[in-house]
Amino acid sequence: MLLLAAPLLAVAVAVAASALVLLATGNSPSKVFWVMAVKGTKTEAVVSMLNRAGPYYISGVAVAIGFKMNLFNIGVEGQYRLAALLAAAAGAAVTLPAPLHVLVILLVAMATGALWAVIPGLLKATRGVSEVISTIMLNAVAGGVTALLLEQYLKAPQEQGGYTVGTRPIGASGRFPSLNAAIAHLGIHLPAANRLQAYIFVAVAVGVAYHLLVWRTRFGFDLRASGSNPSAAEASGVDAKRMIVAAMAISGAFAGLVGLSQVLSEAGRYTSDTVIGGLGFTGIAVALLGRNHPLGIALGALLWAFMDAVQTPLANEGLPKQITAIMQGLIVLSVVVAYEVVRRTAARREASELRRAMPAPEVVRA
Amino acid sequence: MLLLLAVAALVAASCASKDKTSTTSNGGTSGGTSASAATCQGKTGEKDTAKPLGSVGDPNGSGKKVGLVFDVGGRGDKSFNDSAYNGIEAAAKNMKVTIKTLEPDASGSNRAELMRGLATGGYTMIIGVGFAFADDMAKIAKDFPNTKFAIVDGVVKQPNTTGLLFAEEQGSFLVGAAAAQASKAKQVGFVGGVETALIKKFEAGYKAGVKQIDPNVKVDVKYLTPDGDFSGFKDPAKGETTAKGLYANGDDVVYHAAGLSGTGVFRAATAADRLAIGVDSNQYLQVPPAQQKCILTSMIKRVDVAVYTAVKAYLTGGLKGGTLMFDLKNGGIDFATQGGQIPDTKKLEDLKQQIIDGKITVPTT
Repeated sequence: MLLLAAPLLAVAVAVAASALVLLATGNSPSKVFWVMAVKGTKTEAVVSMLNRAGPYYISGVAVAIGFKMNLFNIGVEGQYRLAALLAAAAGAAVTLPAPLHVLVILLVAMATGALWAVIPGLLKATRGVSEVISTIMLNAVAGGVTALLLEQYLKAPQEQGGYTVGTRPIGASGRFPSLNAAIAHLGIHLPAANRLQAYIFVAVAVGVAYHLLVWRTRFGFDLRASGSNPSAAEASGVDAKRMIVAAMAISGAFAGLVGLSQVLSEAGRYTSDTVIGGLGFTGIAVALLGRNHPLGIALGALLWAFMDAVQTPLANEGLPKQITAIMQGLIVLSVVVAYEVVRRTAARREASELRRAMPAPEVVRA
Repeated sequence: MLLLLAVAALVAASCASKDKTSTTSNGGTSGGTSASAATCQGKTGEKDTAKPLGSVGDPNGSGKKVGLVFDVGGRGDKSFNDSAYNGIEAAAKNMKVTIKTLEPDASGSNRAELMRGLATGGYTMIIGVGFAFADDMAKIAKDFPNTKFAIVDGVVKQPNTTGLLFAEEQGSFLVGAAAAQASKAKQVGFVGGVETALIKKFEAGYKAGVKQIDPNVKVDVKYLTPDGDFSGFKDPAKGETTAKGLYANGDDVVYHAAGLSGTGVFRAATAADRLAIGVDSNQYLQVPPAQQKCILTSMIKRVDVAVYTAVKAYLTGGLKGGTLMFDLKNGGIDFATQGGQIPDTKKLEDLKQQIIDGKITVPTT
């Protein structure tokens, strides 16, 4: 009950605060919220939201795995960029039967992400380097390495007059079809130009894997134990160093999948526009919103994706689309505050119940 | 959120400068000898002399709907996007078309959505400003075969899509010639934002122009980021550091093709009391008066002319796919004279005429 109150309260506070911002800047809050509520729930916007939510969710899970054992993987950003580039290049280089081709691309991405994330893991385990610092630095390195690899080795020849830098396109066997035909069977007919991407299934698979791994395996138990009480976990025989490296590797493997939604759909290749930047940081916010819970992260990802998707109708109406970024920030801020308030309330309630359960101490009177 | 900001700041800070390509080896020796270097002597406060767009015979669009999607950043960039806006605004005024202009989100992830919205909203001509639209436009042009599309700086191989291209090398040639005329140190610089094929075209034209005036003038070339890392177009700090290095090394004129990073180049020029050359728009008109005296000239790329011409072609049925080339001849490319610092404008006009007449062919690589 209290658990649900916190995010709802946070969203309400964010809406109220952004209404004030809109008023202060001479805009009409009612008009903006009307467009968000009405145009933002139209088919095109919902398709756009779902297409965006997949990568956000995967990014959130990648960050959450680190959070589960008090590791702050800020390096998702670099991990997915490098992974997406190498996976796209590998996918373009081979031709395989349909399911296998996609699988190879996904595996290359996961392996790349894992290997890149293991570096800060090893640095922390063996040298005590804070993963916060090392992952940030490695983001910059990954950005440079990605640009360099693309320019020097993996760039497709540019057409005369074309300046888009990207890898060669992946063959049809290595791409997901859009879901439009499939959901037409369900009676939902999307306009042909609004393609619902199948990558959402990868996100669902990631969510299931995350749940099973963290709550249904010995490894997951050790992970959570190391997170909530490292010394107790170590005393009970958990190898802390091994756990750090393993957690970073798994986090990185999931991170590797963040950037592939466009690569595996119509675009079919890596360019700076099909694999956009910033998803790693979105993942941090989404994981915070969802409190590292598989379903919570899904709600966070959908909320975030909704806010991004309504930028298009807002722009169409000539309204300030920047308000969504302000709202996103306010929501995260209020969620963090709300969770803390709820935590304290719960703790106080627990304490008072404990006091009531115990016999009152006798007061000695003179 | 604060944490995120801090993270972002750290990331930005960690992106250390990674200069590429040729540098000079005689560093230091020629720097600071102000007697043999060009200094900022330009007049300030001169006005724009460009003629307004349009002519008497322009067709009447009678309310036909034309949509335009800006590049990331939107209006107010005093460059590419603003120029495109001027073009479409003039089209609305002179040719009576109904216009709608949209700006993508910060990552550009909704370019396709915006174009799609325009197409379904009855906009029968859609313009994308910037080559980043190419991949998305290829798909959407297929989805809406009866809509006409145009892309600035790009090529899309669809029968209903026209690429609006510029002969940047021609304008770069002329400002290169101006740089060679003005340079007393006999060495000039070039700062490219990102090492793309597009910016290399600027470099090639510039070098050829310098050589045309004086083969002994050396050209130092610096790029802010490698291809694929587009931060080089919006990093004024890096532009300033790089230009500062070039001036300290003895260059007395620096031409930038680095987008927003160019503002850093102008700061460095003003601080070093050396000359700089602007790009895309007439940047003399944009900088504060204190910097105006350091702007030798600008390589002007008339995106407004391209957009206006494309709308006109659309109304007269002339927009038939392929490409439209904008160059010195049709006024799509030009150079600026504000500030009056170009030593021999007549010579430049002469070179311009030779290029128009085909007597000089400017290399693109």
